[in-house]
Amino acid sequence: MITIPYLTALSTYISYGLLFAFGQFRDFFRKVIDWWKNSSNLEQGYAPICLGLEDFYVRRLYLRIQDCFGRPIASAPDAWFDVVERYSTDNNKTLKRTTKLSRCLNLGSYNYLGFAAADEYCTPRVIDSLKKFSASTCSARVDGGTTRLHTELEECVANFVGKPAAMVTGMGYVTNSAILPVLMGKGSLIISDSLNHNSIVNGARGSGATIRVFLHNTPSHLEQVLREQIAEGQPRTHRPWKKIMVVVEGIYSMEGELCKLPEIIAVCKKYKAYMYLDEAHSIGAIGKTGRGVCELLGVDPADVDIMMGTFTKSFGSCGGYIAASKELIDYLKYTCPAHLYATSIPPPAAQQIISAIRVILGEDGSSRGAQKLARIRENSNFFRSELQKMGFEVLGDNDSPVMPIMLYNPGKIPAFSRECLKKNVAVVTVAFPATPLLLARARICISASHTREDLIKALEVISEVGDLVGIKYFPAEPKKQQLECRVKLD
Amino acid sequence: MGCGKSNAFPYGELIWTHRKGGSTIFKFFAHRQNPLLWIYSSQVKLLDKMEFSVMSFLSNALDWVRVAFDVPFARAVVFGVHIGGHLVVEALLVIVILFLLLQKSYKLPQRPLSETEIDELCEDWVPDSLIPPLTEGIKYEPPILDSAAGPHAIINGKDVVNFASANYLGLIGHEKLHESCTAALEKYGLGSCGPRGFYGTIDVHLDCEERIAKFLGTPDSILYSYGISTMFSAIPAFCKKGDIIVADEGVHWGIQNGLYLSKSTIVYFKHNDMESLENALEKITRENKRATKLRRYIVVEAIYQNSGQIAPLNMIVKLKENYRFRVLLDESNSFGVLGDSGRGLSEHYGVPVEKIDIITAAMGYALATDGGFCTGSVRVVDHQRLSSSGYVFSASLPPYLASAAITAIDVLEENPHLVTKLKQNIALLVEGLSDVPGLSVASNPQSPIVFLRLKHTTYSFKNDLQLLEDIANLMLKEDSVFVVASKRIVKESCSFGAVRLHLTGYFLIVIAFCPAAGSSSVLQLLP
Repeated sequence: MITIPYLTALSTYISYGLLFAFGQFRDFFRKVIDWWKNSSNLEQGYAPICLGLEDFYVRRLYLRIQDCFGRPIASAPDAWFDVVERYSTDNNKTLKRTTKLSRCLNLGSYNYLGFAAADEYCTPRVIDSLKKFSASTCSARVDGGTTRLHTELEECVANFVGKPAAMVTGMGYVTNSAILPVLMGKGSLIISDSLNHNSIVNGARGSGATIRVFLHNTPSHLEQVLREQIAEGQPRTHRPWKKIMVVVEGIYSMEGELCKLPEIIAVCKKYKAYMYLDEAHSIGAIGKTGRGVCELLGVDPADVDIMMGTFTKSFGSCGGYIAASKELIDYLKYTCPAHLYATSIPPPAAQQIISAIRVILGEDGSSRGAQKLARIRENSNFFRSELQKMGFEVLGDNDSPVMPIMLYNPGKIPAFSRECLKKNVAVVTVAFPATPLLLARARICISASHTREDLIKALEVISEVGDLVGIKYFPAEPKKQQLECRVKLD
Repeated sequence: MGCGKSNAFPYGELIWTHRKGGSTIFKFFAHRQNPLLWIYSSQVKLLDKMEFSVMSFLSNALDWVRVAFDVPFARAVVFGVHIGGHLVVEALLVIVILFLLLQKSYKLPQRPLSETEIDELCEDWVPDSLIPPLTEGIKYEPPILDSAAGPHAIINGKDVVNFASANYLGLIGHEKLHESCTAALEKYGLGSCGPRGFYGTIDVHLDCEERIAKFLGTPDSILYSYGISTMFSAIPAFCKKGDIIVADEGVHWGIQNGLYLSKSTIVYFKHNDMESLENALEKITRENKRATKLRRYIVVEAIYQNSGQIAPLNMIVKLKENYRFRVLLDESNSFGVLGDSGRGLSEHYGVPVEKIDIITAAMGYALATDGGFCTGSVRVVDHQRLSSSGYVFSASLPPYLASAAITAIDVLEENPHLVTKLKQNIALLVEGLSDVPGLSVASNPQSPIVFLRLKHTTYSFKNDLQLLEDIANLMLKEDSVFVVASKRIVKESCSFGAVRLHLTGYFLIVIAFCPAAGSSSVLQLLP
């Protein structure tokens, strides 16, 4: 749990209050000026696209710091990449590209195992598959979009994850949005963690089932909610629920925490609820052989009913998968709209995943996979412990490659981002609405392609900028040299 | 006081009167000879006795009250107000009323379930199985391709003519596309490793957006990473609860999911029927007078994926201007197909493209890549960059697909004869297929997806589907021609989550395409 110091909370509230007040002033003057000019609108009689305060946050708060988000790059998102510089002539409302590039250290892309750039094993095979199967199949899986690569890929993924069968779709977001409505309908209950990703929320809403939320990562509250819901039954009619499904994620991308999987599975088994695990960030990145949060926490994959994941993060590709029992996958292949109506995953992407899995498992004849896995673990633990020693407030568990650094104050968000970019380190800052209002943060994603020198440079830069911006909320641990000096003097 | 009653009981009248508080008159006419009346009268006698005791009690009580009235303070004068005896009674009544008002209203006593009871309920509850039992009909194995899904494909070692992939312009396997993809793969790797807001924006994405906008003649455009997610992210970004959407009945699943997620009021009109659309618009305008605060949209597809009809854009634009609705047009199957240079439905009907507010399209059809885009005015596109969930919360399009899209549009712009060749192929195919015995063409003759319907249906969806699948399988085995029967999600109640499916029957889908030397294989199809 994040406990925010009182003074920081006060100053954050005051900052947001000031921004809000300024925004309202400017809106008022905008209205007056528009009425004065009485500008003729082509859209007479049409309601505006955004009414009133719907886009207040975008217009008055986000646009001021727009240059911190959506920065274009001109090379592969590897450990070092080229960020395109942008300038603005109208106070950040529109940003124009220049041709100047600056080479920066990449601490923001989801490149956990370093497959983002052209890889010596994967890329030649991908180009071969491009020549053989072309860039896209242009049809749905049931209509002639199934190639030999797709069946091979599904077997490969099922073996890797440890389930009997798997199904692959072209986009991770669509996987969640299309599977949950098929399995759950009216009369069912979905209990999801309070910090679940937007795709799960959309899928749950689209299913028509009732949704209840339990406190983030708290198995005791989950048990309480389950007991209440089973005893009460469906709202108003009190009929018993048809099915109950609990949806959690492996690593939560805004907190960097691992989910408490063994306890949650114990609760689900006791109350006969089904379990849905979304391993978007954890598959390939944690665990001894990269098999995700089940391997790390020692959970048998057979205990989880449905395992879902994406290939964007650790495998350097695109697409999502669902792994479950054979009957469930057969049923989904017949009923899931992502399978019936959407274009199948492009063949080069499928080949990239197959090659990446081979490298991770060491089946390509080298030990690069094991090296990558060991390196990302070392890198994450080293970086996290160094940041904590410097006095930053870092969230997340050990072994997790995602580490958010708390900023809190809205003024510090653009300051941190811009200062780091000046020193050639590219970081990602997140604020409302992706996080709660008070808890803005900078999020670091470590990759296996970062070397020790890269990390040390990053630590220096972040420490300097942290002092400048004032985000070292905890006391720093005294350095070892100072202690030695003191001893010598004595 | 008390009551007066006549002593002529039981033979005669019986009158009860109460002097205070009104009078109750009870007249009883007895007749000497009637035994029933005698029984009744004995009952009345009993009641009479009870009544007498009650009345005597009451009279005693009232005597006491009268005594209270004569109490000295009762005649006192307080603050100039002459307190009569009745004021005491009224004060008492007020106190009683206040007391009653302050009492909590009577509720059934709440007895929450005890822990053991909840335990028992939890043990007794049996969930349904996650999936219904699989029947034989469910298992369907799609044919597996061993090559690219071009005009000729290899299935099971045989070379077949492929009429099942939406490769309208024949760009699968095109040299230029392969070159640009290879260059992009070597430079950028495969995936983009991040959402658009967090270093997932690669310069090819911005170039692709500019190229699409330039080709279509619109101010700006936005790229999505998957074809089907374009519509179901764009619609909830613009339509919120309380808005009104008029949609065609036969729109595809992506649009229906988007409509459901937007929580707006949705009115369906009959498939491709302009009168029905006009009636719906008229009804809505009449019912909702406060036009300024309500956003209204019409959602149609250019070429419907489920039926092959073409939407009459000129009439829709007229209606839209009349009734002040915004139009959302899905041009997935018509981009690169309709119009003289492939610019879509607006060119086909000669409507200026500024009149259509939002155009979306999936690029997985004519452009032979993946992903989707949405174009419109600058305001429309900018709004989606922050409020469209499929754009903000999802990784961006792989850069090699974006560069493939740019190359595909370049090829299309340089070679407009591809579009004319496609039109010729479509005409040839439709002409040849229209006199096939037992099947009739059910789609618009200009649509590149040709839907064939059974002339004599067996009136059962299952048997129809079986028959069409048998035809498709036979064609694949014997004639080496690959066509597909349309699939629908068949659940018991024909509603998918909360999404409606427009089931009008099953069709055999044949997709026309424009290969380098296509006409011969097309003629091969004819019996």
